[in-house]
Amino acid sequence: MTVAVVQFGGSNCDRDAVRALTHLGIDAERVWHEDGLPSETTGVILPGGFSYGDYLRAGAMAARSPIMNEIRSAADAGTPVLGVCNGAQIGCESGLTEGAFTTNERARFQCEPVHLRVERADTPWTAAYEAGDVIEVPIAHGEGRFEITDERYDRLEADDRILFRYCAPDGSVTEAANPNGSIGNVAGILGESDHVAVLMPHPERATLPDIGGTDGAGVLRAFA
Amino acid sequence: MTAYTATVTVRLKRGVLDPEAETTKRSLERLGFELSGLRSADRFEIDLEADSPAAAKETATEMTERLLANPTIHDYEVSVAAAGQS
Repeated sequence: MTVAVVQFGGSNCDRDAVRALTHLGIDAERVWHEDGLPSETTGVILPGGFSYGDYLRAGAMAARSPIMNEIRSAADAGTPVLGVCNGAQIGCESGLTEGAFTTNERARFQCEPVHLRVERADTPWTAAYEAGDVIEVPIAHGEGRFEITDERYDRLEADDRILFRYCAPDGSVTEAANPNGSIGNVAGILGESDHVAVLMPHPERATLPDIGGTDGAGVLRAFA
Repeated sequence: MTAYTATVTVRLKRGVLDPEAETTKRSLERLGFELSGLRSADRFEIDLEADSPAAAKETATEMTERLLANPTIHDYEVSVAAAGQS
């Protein structure tokens, strides 16, 4: 009964994720990617960071490491999988989720609190919220602009795969509230199944009361 | 087996925003140059052994599709020459 927080060379939010989960009473451990998933794995987090130095494209190398096959199998068997920031880039690069996270519209690294509107509350990641709720969670990325073809974006919307959108504090989804130029203000999406999700903002940095807000805790409670 | 060099060019699809190219364009303009557009691309030169140019191209294309390019945002071209002639 443990959540595997998968470390690649250059991951740097793995400890934060373990600490946040532990605070919520959820058993978690860091797992080096070459060691494979432990047999008792009940959930997987692909944490933030700069795996493989973001060489080629953010997440490209990690997405093709052998442990991703194990993670895909685990996801197919119903294990919840969450990609955060670099983990979200890895998720898209590996095909766990659609689209790509690429260079921010303003071509700069952005590290700031943002507001997210909960688009769906009937998923494991958002059971703690109501649809339309606004939560405040930090972002810290240079390549977080969600990009996808118009046709596939329409399908994501039609299939209700969008989990979070960047919004103003009142919940309105506006261009001004879009920190990175993401299509449709998309901050997080679901995979084919609701128990697979990726998002650029960091819920693990908004879980411990001592370091700020706790709006992100609900996302991690999916692993409880 | 013959030594070949495959040259792979990976560029953003038309219509996909390229903030780095935009920033580069603005810097050139600040230097006083006049230009109406700028696109950037990644080029990979891959040395490999293969039975024929077609086989070398096939391998390089597979490398591109599996890692070097992301089909969501990229188009790519692959060309092959005898090693040392590219």
